[in-house]
Amino acid sequence: MVANPNTAPRIDIAALLKDAALTAAVAFALALPLIGFRTVDDPAGLGIETRFDWVATGVGAVFLGRLLLSWLFALRGQRPAVGSGWLAHARAQLDPHMKWIALAGMLFAFLLPFLPFSSRYTIDIATTVLIYVMLGWGLNVVVGLAGLLDLGYVAFYAVGAYSYALLAVTFNLSFWECLPLAGLFAAFFGILLGFPVLRLRGDYLAIVTLGFGEMIRIILLNWVPVTRGPDGVSGIPRPSFFGLPFTANPPEGVTAFHEFFGIAYAGSHRVTFLYFLILLLALITNLFTLRIRRLPVGRAWEALREDEIACRALGINPTNTKLTAFAIGAMFGGFAGAFFATRQGFISPESFTFIESATILAIVVLGGMGSQIGVVIAAVLLILLPELGRELAEFRMLLFGAAMVLIMAWRPRGLLAHREPSMRLHSRNHRGES
Amino acid sequence: MSALLTVEHLSMRFGGLLAIDDLCFAADERRITAIIGPNGAGKTTVFNCLTGFYRPDVGRLTLHRPQGPLYLERLDGYRIAQAGVARTFQNIRLFPAMSVLENLIVAQHNVLMRASGYSVAGLFGAARFRRAEAEAIEFARSWLERVDLVERADSPAGSLPYGAQRRLEIARAMCTRPRLLCLDEPAAGLNPRESAELTALLRSVRDREGIGVLLIEHDMSVVMGISDHIIVLDYGKKIADGTPEQVRHDPNVIRAYLGEAEHEALPAEIAADLRRDDRPT
Ligand SMILES: Nc1ncnc2c1ncn2[C@@H]1O[C@H](COP(=O)(O)OP(=O)(O)O)[C@@H](O)[C@H]1O
Ligand SMILES: [Mg+2]
Repeated sequence: MVANPNTAPRIDIAALLKDAALTAAVAFALALPLIGFRTVDDPAGLGIETRFDWVATGVGAVFLGRLLLSWLFALRGQRPAVGSGWLAHARAQLDPHMKWIALAGMLFAFLLPFLPFSSRYTIDIATTVLIYVMLGWGLNVVVGLAGLLDLGYVAFYAVGAYSYALLAVTFNLSFWECLPLAGLFAAFFGILLGFPVLRLRGDYLAIVTLGFGEMIRIILLNWVPVTRGPDGVSGIPRPSFFGLPFTANPPEGVTAFHEFFGIAYAGSHRVTFLYFLILLLALITNLFTLRIRRLPVGRAWEALREDEIACRALGINPTNTKLTAFAIGAMFGGFAGAFFATRQGFISPESFTFIESATILAIVVLGGMGSQIGVVIAAVLLILLPELGRELAEFRMLLFGAAMVLIMAWRPRGLLAHREPSMRLHSRNHRGES
Repeated sequence: MSALLTVEHLSMRFGGLLAIDDLCFAADERRITAIIGPNGAGKTTVFNCLTGFYRPDVGRLTLHRPQGPLYLERLDGYRIAQAGVARTFQNIRLFPAMSVLENLIVAQHNVLMRASGYSVAGLFGAARFRRAEAEAIEFARSWLERVDLVERADSPAGSLPYGAQRRLEIARAMCTRPRLLCLDEPAAGLNPRESAELTALLRSVRDREGIGVLLIEHDMSVVMGISDHIIVLDYGKKIADGTPEQVRHDPNVIRAYLGEAEHEALPAEIAADLRRDDRPT
């Protein structure tokens, strides 16, 4: 069914009205109990207040909105097809330049702290964005490549953060000693989660991983002797520059960063160092995933995403393949967690709620599953926008929801969904390409 | 001519339905063994038992190798594939978003995995791995040439026309370097010219690679033309076994095929199941 561009599509007004009325009816049924009634405290006990005016406004808005939407779709003749539209066009134009765009982005990231407009605050936000970029890249291994929908990724972030915090506080280990251990612990938990969910796919997998994420948080909350429960772990050692601490007044016998380099002490030194640290970690994550995608195991992940039965028939062990995906994804979550802990100096289970998992997953899905640059763009959009307009922060979840709905309707495979083969037989501009 | 595969007393039941009933047959090296029979006769189920997707209720499935026999009924599907039994599916199962070449490289996964030192050496770009990868690509190219898909090597497999997807699936199975190739209705949905090409390809696989081919096929012109040996199934039972000439004149076979109209009167849900199963994707 392709609309003929020369003839205006005929619009069936009655059908549109009926459709809008139906949508409004559903909205009414939902809104009446949820919005229509409100419990209020009154001296005699619990009273009920009605808000039918709110319901009416909401239902009216849904009716008009739906009418407008379906009218717009009708005007276009059909729902936009996947891959059509200006974005796909722009993508096709940009494609050969992707390498340069990535390089320019990297150059910008390296220069950011030294640009005239950057303040301590900018660098701080950029650090947060980079944490999510790294988490997005890590989760991309599991969701984008292996196609395993993981809703509990925050668990590995938490395991990494707590591993670092507890090891550092208890055994006085340094950040660089703890980092590999944090990754290792997280990978171990990834395998632990992997085993029970080996046979699950899609929705079922999503639900179990969601439960796993919550379980880890609740264990952190309740296993007080080890994790210190809701109080969290404080006094986590801050990172040092190869043994040189970033403190104004270092203890006796220790040279601080500013003393060693003979510069005045500034609080921004540490912030800048943290920024470069996460930039480095994120770039390592990126290089690693780009590289592993071209290895047999990476291709096996993608094959598993495409068709598990066919994989079995080709002699690929699906158990091992899935577990490596979970382990490697979790490992990067663990690294990011360790960084988070050293940056904050204090962690508690509150930092590792489901919202974090949802945010990271939203970044991956929005960015275009499997697309590395897409993850950066999505992380910038989802983390930076709410930070910039503080008023927007209130609507963060609403923004997420709206963004996800739009993406699903408009580009179900993400903003930059385009898969470049991991190897080629012919050069890029070969005529056999379609 | 030595037997490559022997199937002894294979039975498989789904609830009240006996899909395979005490089936015995053998498939030889350097021969094409066809399994034919009306829809729902249990042909695909035989393949699913052979390749580890179903666990048979009763039966011994033996793959004869120089280093000794291997009993397939005990093994996981991926181990059976590693032991040298490759298959294609009635409703094609490619990796649609991956390129044609990648599909053939994934088929060489185990060789490449070992060469990449289980990814560790591969991450550091070890020369041994790069060499193995180049060889894998060369092998894939040789198969792309044989199935006439070199030009489309870098396109997503899902974008190929139907007939090309069938050929690619066969090439992919061959890239696992099997000893026994099981093809489930490879000519379904092909036009006569493509069917003829398929026939030529299967002959060359038999004669050049010297492996055994087990072929499920509906298209009698394909089956009678290339099979060395035909087994006829009806309602899970073997009703004939012999050369094409013998089978063609077997009264049981004629009855089963003439009676095929009865299958239209199957219960609705089974008929729907069969239609779904038989629809080319
Ligand atoms: N997984 C299954 N569960 C239940 N019944 C099945 C299953 N697989 C096959 N069958 C039934 O077994 C019989 C044989 O099926 P099949 O082997 O697909 O036949 P065909 O010879 O057409 O390939 C059919 O009646 C089919 O409905
Ligand atoms: Mg079948």
